[in-house]
Amino acid sequence: MTPEPQPTGPSTPAGPLVRLKNVNKHFGELHVLRDINLEVSRGEVVVVIGPSGSGKSTLCRAINRLETIDDGEITIDGKVLPAEGQGLAKLRADVGMVFQSFNLFAHKSILENVTLGPMKVKGMKGAAAKELAMSLLSRVGVENQAQKLPAQLSGGQQQRVAIARALAMQPKVMLFDEPTSALDPEMITEVLDAMVLLAKEGMTMIVVTHEMGFARKAADRVIFMADGEIMEQATPEEFFTNPQTDRAKDFLGKILAH
Amino acid sequence: MESYLSLFETYDVPAAFWVNIQLSFWSAIWALALGTVLALFRISPILSLQWFGAAYVNIFRNTPLTIILAFGFLGLFSVMQISLADDLNLSLFRIAIVGLSLYHAAFVCEAIRSGVNTVPLGQAEAARAIGLGFLPAARLIILPQAFRGAIAPLGNVLIALIKNSTVAAAGSVAAESSSLMKTMIEFRSDLVIPIFLTFALGFVILVIPIGLLTTWASRKLAVAR
Repeated sequence: MTPEPQPTGPSTPAGPLVRLKNVNKHFGELHVLRDINLEVSRGEVVVVIGPSGSGKSTLCRAINRLETIDDGEITIDGKVLPAEGQGLAKLRADVGMVFQSFNLFAHKSILENVTLGPMKVKGMKGAAAKELAMSLLSRVGVENQAQKLPAQLSGGQQQRVAIARALAMQPKVMLFDEPTSALDPEMITEVLDAMVLLAKEGMTMIVVTHEMGFARKAADRVIFMADGEIMEQATPEEFFTNPQTDRAKDFLGKILAH
Repeated sequence: MESYLSLFETYDVPAAFWVNIQLSFWSAIWALALGTVLALFRISPILSLQWFGAAYVNIFRNTPLTIILAFGFLGLFSVMQISLADDLNLSLFRIAIVGLSLYHAAFVCEAIRSGVNTVPLGQAEAARAIGLGFLPAARLIILPQAFRGAIAPLGNVLIALIKNSTVAAAGSVAAESSSLMKTMIEFRSDLVIPIFLTFALGFVILVIPIGLLTTWASRKLAVAR
């Protein structure tokens, strides 16, 4: 009997890409993550919503260990997230992160911001890194700003550069921690457009946001968190039209009132 | 006036200042290198290194420089017979540089740490998020910005170092300016005040450009955020 042809190679083992198992975290007395269990499949776009203080940002930051966890287990592509050291750095290189406050390297040009990771972490040659960076910058529409410093760009442009910087590492999954919360209203669309494009291209994404429009348009699954717990999860259609828990109904009532 | 000018024929004042400039130059380089390493220790994630950095700073910052330099001469050189060159004066000169460097490294460390505090936490988080470890993140992202934020306090350390180089007299570096001043006063007690003013003015002239330069540089190189 001949072996069945494998649909996935060794680099893409079966199973969820991101998996959180019984994750708990406290900030002092405050129990910010309560027994979180979550699996995110390859190519899935998961949007995490919830009132502020619900633990959604902490959840996002725990996935590349910018926040430590008290107990439980987080695996990325089957590998347990190491506590520290080279192993952790290596795993983080596979997890792109976009922050609320952009956090572009303030002393480096836009181009250098994007080429730094590929060159210093992956050992890519300068010319190749520049080519990659320019193609990513043009994908998010800021290629003509390449020589400027971050402070010379608008918030929306900076955030699109931050997306390009994360993509330059060719990550397996992208984390977005309230990527539009620090932006002026007129700049939110340009960032969301770049994210929708990314979602359509099949990137695995975990997005903490207050943008319900984005959730409706791009999410495969909406996760609603409150008080450090995942209260419910459903497709956006189902969640927005028929929320199950009182907390979710209350939350949606407040944000969709206007 | 004539007798005042004759001082400069008898005593080589510029040569004495040159010794202080050399002491300051080499001590500044070593103190900057050592202070940077100490600052790295203090911000590192490794507890024992943090502890070492803190202990170093607290010991050297709180010990009088005179005692450190006198120990260099009396302890290291005379008692322990540690020599850093075949020539006696050169050896004492180098031991003074060691003392000055060890002492000012503590202040450099704190100046750089104050610079690190000007760098938002998000910069380090972004560096870690693209997979940089502690040292590459420090070298590429944190320290370049920290140095730019630390130019003014580092300038203050350099100014203190130049003036403190006169304490090398306590380490028996006889060629430096305050030692020469002492000699001149001994032999020309009729000119005590002009001699004092000469040396005071000499240091003011040495130090003023450094203040101007660091003020200019800290504006010019400030990281726009």
